[in-house]
Amino acid sequence: MSYYEPKDLERFGEIGQFRGELAEKFFDYYNTVVGQDGALTKREKALIALAVAHAKQCPYCIDAYTTQCLETGANPDEMTEAVHVAAVMEAGITLVHGVQMHNALRKRGAM
Amino acid sequence: MTQLPSFKETLTRRNLDLAPVSVETLQVNVTRLCNQACHHCHVDASPKRTEQMNRATVDRCLEILAKHPSITKLDLTGGAPELNPHFDYFVMSARALGKHVMVRHNLTVTIDGNPQTGESKRYLPEFFAQHQVEVISSLPYYQEFFTDKQRGNGVFKKSVESLRRLNELGYGKPDSGLELNLVYNPVGAFLPAPQAELERQYKKELEAKFGVVFNHLFTITNMPINRFKKDLERLGAYDEYLTRLINAFNPTAAEGVMCRSLISVGYDGRLFDCDFNQMLDLELAEASGRTIFDFDLDLLLNRQIIVDQHCYGCAAGAGSSCGGATAKE
Repeated sequence: MSYYEPKDLERFGEIGQFRGELAEKFFDYYNTVVGQDGALTKREKALIALAVAHAKQCPYCIDAYTTQCLETGANPDEMTEAVHVAAVMEAGITLVHGVQMHNALRKRGAM
Repeated sequence: MTQLPSFKETLTRRNLDLAPVSVETLQVNVTRLCNQACHHCHVDASPKRTEQMNRATVDRCLEILAKHPSITKLDLTGGAPELNPHFDYFVMSARALGKHVMVRHNLTVTIDGNPQTGESKRYLPEFFAQHQVEVISSLPYYQEFFTDKQRGNGVFKKSVESLRRLNELGYGKPDSGLELNLVYNPVGAFLPAPQAELERQYKKELEAKFGVVFNHLFTITNMPINRFKKDLERLGAYDEYLTRLINAFNPTAAEGVMCRSLISVGYDGRLFDCDFNQMLDLELAEASGRTIFDFDLDLLLNRQIIVDQHCYGCAAGAGSSCGGATAKE
């Protein structure tokens, strides 16, 4: 058995079992942001969410947003490109911290 | 597995009554023979099938069309309906009666021809144009990958070639009077994207990349029956898909289901509430007139429509019918 069971996602609402008013605010906010077209279309939002799901490595979200991408008309090319955006952001974030390393090297007279 | 509610129970709980409202369309499945064998096909059509509507049954359909002015549309489907030996006669005769004729045309049959006899079907685009037939064609996506995955290798390229030929004849062009509509159905176990948004994407991509134009896109939900059901079971995804359809139940879509305004005729003349019921062998309720030879419009308008679990497919999300979505999202 895995810590992540696909069926557990259906139980997400259980978070409202305690302090339900906080969960209600979250789900309202969530649905308002991703559940409708706004300045971005639902399809564009689904692709962003898919990229974030990969960056955060959330199996629930990858599963749910793969479906959401397909059901808003996206295709595997677009979805894969979104995952690459997440990947290059993560790589870039790691690499740009090299500047911090350079700062530390300079401080120690090593660069 | 938890017990899923039956479609009938859901209708009762929602206080919905799906009574017939008209018979505007006679949808006739003239053959199960097809030059393709698509993954999702609810008919299990393929190049090996041999079922064909005979001339006497075609003539009886024409008699019914002639007798009932309220039946304004003839919707020909299959298999590839063009592979029925009486197809041309059926179309020409129905047009002579002043009926609007729609053909569920798979695009590739024009190029492939008859897989059993080798007969060429290259004349079809001109034939359709000459008789002002509305052409309705499946194109599962505006890219090759999804289309070929569902319909077989090479189908996308052949489909584009056929669409270009139809465009050359005026199909899909404004004011030509030649209607060309495309059908999208998901390549797998998910619901269709919103019809208007997907139509916009299809139009943009097909015109930019292939110079292809068309009138409208119809989104259709995959019914969990026959070949698609077997695929779902193989993937262990049948219950999940049915649950998805049930969770997306939309009462407005349910009220717009096509069985309320059409009658489906099988190759052997038997009558059904829709093409899906036909493939599941769910015959009309008793006392409705069960074949085209005892067709009785009054009895049919008072029949009880036969429903089962697959009906969730027509009532999910924005709804699904042979004319696409039935409710606004």
